[in-house]
Amino acid sequence: MSTTGILALQGGFFKHQEMVEKLGEKTLLIKKPEQLEFCDRLIIPGGESTTLTKLFDIYDFREPLINFGKTRPVMGTCAGLILLSSKVEDSRVKQLNLIDIEAERNAYGSQVESFSADIYADFLKKEYKCIFIRAPKIKECSENVKILMSYEGNPIAVEQGRILALTFHPELTQDPSIHEYFLKL
Amino acid sequence: MEKGTYEAKIGLAEMLKGGVIMDVMNVEQAKIAEEAGAVAVMALERIPSLIRKEGGVARMSDPAMIEEIQKAVSIPVMAKCRIGHIAEAQILGEIGVDFIDESEVLTPADEVNHIYKHDFKVPFVCGCRNLGEALRRIGEGAAMIRTKGEPGTGNVVEAVRHMRQLQLDIKKICSMDIHELMTAAKELGAPFELVMKTRELGKLPVPNFAAGGVATPADAALLMQLGAETVFVGSGIFMSEDPARMARAIVKAATHYNDPKVVLEASRGLGKAMVGLEIKDIPADQQMQQRGW
Repeated sequence: MSTTGILALQGGFFKHQEMVEKLGEKTLLIKKPEQLEFCDRLIIPGGESTTLTKLFDIYDFREPLINFGKTRPVMGTCAGLILLSSKVEDSRVKQLNLIDIEAERNAYGSQVESFSADIYADFLKKEYKCIFIRAPKIKECSENVKILMSYEGNPIAVEQGRILALTFHPELTQDPSIHEYFLKL
Repeated sequence: MEKGTYEAKIGLAEMLKGGVIMDVMNVEQAKIAEEAGAVAVMALERIPSLIRKEGGVARMSDPAMIEEIQKAVSIPVMAKCRIGHIAEAQILGEIGVDFIDESEVLTPADEVNHIYKHDFKVPFVCGCRNLGEALRRIGEGAAMIRTKGEPGTGNVVEAVRHMRQLQLDIKKICSMDIHELMTAAKELGAPFELVMKTRELGKLPVPNFAAGGVATPADAALLMQLGAETVFVGSGIFMSEDPARMARAIVKAATHYNDPKVVLEASRGLGKAMVGLEIKDIPADQQMQQRGW
């Protein structure tokens, strides 16, 4: 059986764990870099990208995460997407450069602008309930990046190799199909 | 598309798990908190220990001060309104704070009623001392619960009491015969549907954080071990000798609460923690935890 690591320094890691375990997969909450070697894939959850940047530095996570992402699948949601990106115009975030996208933080505004929307997902062949919380936008995508879902003309789910990045929170819904898709990457 | 849905409110609380939310009184402190790895800041003019010392009516902070802090940091900014003060909450909603704390730290505006929070697009956090109080607040629309503790004391004993009580109440509900639950709801003074939901989940239906009296990394680790999913630190950071250092250390302890080696490392050489207060020296009518019901 394979193991899905879920970065658990801070943020929405419990909900991802519930979702992956519901699918019958083993999970490991990752709080130290040396735990990464026990994982076949990794989820970087939502949370605060400034906070996670600080914690990556404090616990020396940066290099191990970059190396992990070069060989194994990684899914980033919300703050996770920002950290996986190759460009962010905010010096408080140091991205991991694992997917060729430019991310814009809090692109919709503060929490009062947070929203839910049912959006058609061609790669799942169905509508998916997307929950956006202080969500980022993907401003630019290189041509190597495949756009899986868009909303109002902006990409919201993208994939490059085995890196999957979402601006919304599939772990907050009851529908495991995006996690199921990730487990097969 | 719908803004401010209940799931989006609870969702933000989910994103704040495993961290530390720090009380700050100005931009400089907000930046120290952000730099130390806080997941959010609570903007208020006077931290609880100063409110306790100076007395007088404690109200919502000046909107200009909250807005300055919003501009200065990228992490979520929370602010407090008085219990039952609908108009203060509306102002905070207009400012666009990320969370409103309907808080016993401020002087209550209504001694009978709390705010009906479902009417707001902004999520609310409220304090509790037990399951009944928690479920009443969730019934009104709170998207996050924090145990109250006794704010501004630097004494963790009340925070522990409330977290233990809450967990004990939940365990009781879970072990009861189903036929006993309506009576349990009546005795808790809690909405029946939420009692049933809590039993089904084995925990509160919204994230459960802790507050009130955290002064050291070990205090934070203790509350997390007792079931807190994140800790609020009020006076404990900026009343300590070296706030930036204390802030970093408490963040470390919150992430690694189950790893005594890391908590030990975080606890070394921090300088003086805030001076604490004995709870029995505070007259009952001056205890903030008694505010609200």
